[in-house]
Amino acid sequence: MRRNVSLWAGIVLVGLVVGVALVSFAWTPHDPLLVDASVRLLGPGGEYVFGTDKLGRDLASQLMVGARTTLYVGVVAVGIAALIGTPLGVLAGMGANWLGELIMRTSDLVLAFPALLLAIMLGAVYGASTLTAMIAIGIATVPSFARIARAGTLQVVSTEYVLAARAGGRSRWWIAVRHVLPNISGIVVVQSSVSFAIAVLAEAALSFLGFGTAPPTPSWGRMLQESQELLAVEPRLALIPGAAIAIAVLGFNLLGDGLRDRFDPRLEVRR
Amino acid sequence: MALALGRKVLVLVASVFVASLVVFAFLAVLPGDPAQVALGLNATPELLARTRAEFGLDRPLVTQYLDWMGGVLTGDFGTSYVTREAIGPQLLDRLGVTLWLVGAGMLVALLIAMPLGTIAAVRHRKPSGAAVSALSQLGVAVPAFLAGIILVQIFAVRLGWLPSGGWTPPVRDPVEWLRGLILPALSLGLVQGAVLTRYVRTAVLDVQSEDYIRTARSKGLRPYPALVRHGLRNAAVPVLTVLGLQLATLLVGAVVIERVFVLPGLGSMLLDAVAARDLLTVQGIVLVLVVAVLIVNFVVDALYTVLDPRLRRS
Repeated sequence: MRRNVSLWAGIVLVGLVVGVALVSFAWTPHDPLLVDASVRLLGPGGEYVFGTDKLGRDLASQLMVGARTTLYVGVVAVGIAALIGTPLGVLAGMGANWLGELIMRTSDLVLAFPALLLAIMLGAVYGASTLTAMIAIGIATVPSFARIARAGTLQVVSTEYVLAARAGGRSRWWIAVRHVLPNISGIVVVQSSVSFAIAVLAEAALSFLGFGTAPPTPSWGRMLQESQELLAVEPRLALIPGAAIAIAVLGFNLLGDGLRDRFDPRLEVRR
Repeated sequence: MALALGRKVLVLVASVFVASLVVFAFLAVLPGDPAQVALGLNATPELLARTRAEFGLDRPLVTQYLDWMGGVLTGDFGTSYVTREAIGPQLLDRLGVTLWLVGAGMLVALLIAMPLGTIAAVRHRKPSGAAVSALSQLGVAVPAFLAGIILVQIFAVRLGWLPSGGWTPPVRDPVEWLRGLILPALSLGLVQGAVLTRYVRTAVLDVQSEDYIRTARSKGLRPYPALVRHGLRNAAVPVLTVLGLQLATLLVGAVVIERVFVLPGLGSMLLDAVAARDLLTVQGIVLVLVVAVLIVNFVVDALYTVLDPRLRRS
C-alpha cells in the first residue's frame, strides 16, 4: 500500500514538470531571454514570481523553458539507451553463449566511461552542446538496459511456455518478439524512469560545468552555474533551479519505485 | 577460486587494453591539428611541420599509440602540446588531491548509510524508519554540486567556520588541509550516503528475514546484536557491490565538486585541459580515470568472491 504512495507522488511530480514544460510552449509570464537592466535582481513576488537574475531575466520563465530542456535531454538520452540496450540484452540472453559474453563484456567496458567523462570527451572533440550531452548520457546508460534486459530474458526463456513454443518449432526471433519483449517491457519501463532521473542529474552537472546546453537556451544546470558568483547576496538564484532539479529527480525516482511494485508485486514485501 | 580470479585478471587486462585503444582513437580522429592549436593561427608551414615532427604527429597512428602506451606503462604520459611540460608528474600530483576527496567522500557516505540504513530496515514498520527512507529519497534527488553550493553558503559565507574553497597539502598544514577537505567531502558524501542508505536498508531487510537471524532472536538476542553478530557479513555482499559502483561515480562526481571548491584535482585539470585543447593531457587523464574505474570494479568483483563462498564456484 505504502508504495502506491510512491507511484502517485511520482506521477504528481513528473506531471508537474511535464505540465510546466508543455505550458511553456504556449505561455510564459515573460520572455525568458529578455535582458532588462532596469529589473536586475528583483526579489520574488509581484510581477516576477521568483524574481529576476543578474541580467533582469525572469526566473520563472527561464525555469519553465528549462523544464523543456531537461525533459528533452532525458527523453533522447533514455531513448538511445533503451533502444540500443534492450535489444542487445535480449540478444545476449537468447543468442549463442559467446555472443552473450561478448555483449556483456563490452557493456562492462562502456560502464568504465561514465556519462560525465564521455560528455567531456565528446565536448572536447565536437564542441559541447545539448546534443553531445544527450548522446553521452545515452551511451553511458546503454549497459543498464542491456543488463536488466538480459536478466529478464534469461528468466523468460526458461519458462514452460517458451519451451512449448520451441518444441512447436517457433523461431528464436518469433519467441523474442512474442514472449520475451512483452514480458520484459515492465522492467524496461521501470529502468527508463530511474535512468531518466539519472539523466536529469547528469544534464544539470554538465550544464553546470559548461559541457551541456549552450547559452542562451535556458537550462537548470546553467542557471545554477550562473548563480554562483552572486551566491552570497542572492542564494535564491541557486535554490530555485536547484529545487526544480530535485523535484524532477525525486519524481522520476518515485515513479520508478512505484512502477516496480506494480509490475513486480513480489518485491513489495521486501521493500 | 584461483582460477576464477585469474580469469578476472585476464578480463581486466583486456579491458584496460581496449579502453586505452578507445581513448586514443577517440582523440586521434579529432578535427584540427594539435600543432596548429599549440602555435596559433599565424604559424608558418615550416614551423608547423617542425612542431608536428617534434610532437611525433607525423608518424603512423599505430606507432603513435604504441609509443604513447609504452610511455604510460612506465609512468611517462608525454609532454603537453600546450604547456610543454611533462604530463605524468602533474597528473600524479592532481590524482593525490582527487583520491583524498573521493576517500573522504566515501567515508562520509559510509558513516551516514550504515547506521541510517540499518535503522530504516529494523524499524521499517515504524515512523522513524519511514522518515529515514523518505529523507534518503530526498537526498538522492539533490545534485552533489548543489549540496556543495548550499554548504558553502551556510558554513563558509554565513558562519565563516570553514574555507569556501582552495587546497592546502596535508604535509604543509594538516589542520588547514582538514578544514579545507570537510565541505567538499560532505557535498560528495551526503548524496552518495543517501543512495547507499537505500541499499543498506534493502540488504539488511533481506538478511533480517533469514532463518539464522530468527534462530538468534529466538535464543534471546536483541535485534541489533543479532544483526551485528550474524547478519552484517551477509548484508555486506550486496552493499559492497554498490559501494564499488559508487566509487566510480564518486571519481567522476569529484570533477564537479573540484570545480565548485576550486580544488587542484584531476577533474579541474581535465576541464582546464579541455578548455585549452590540450589533447594529450586530456587523453592521459581520461585514461587514468577509466582505468581507475575498471580496477575498482575488478577489486569489488574479486572481494565478492572472497566474502561470499557460495559465489566461488561460479
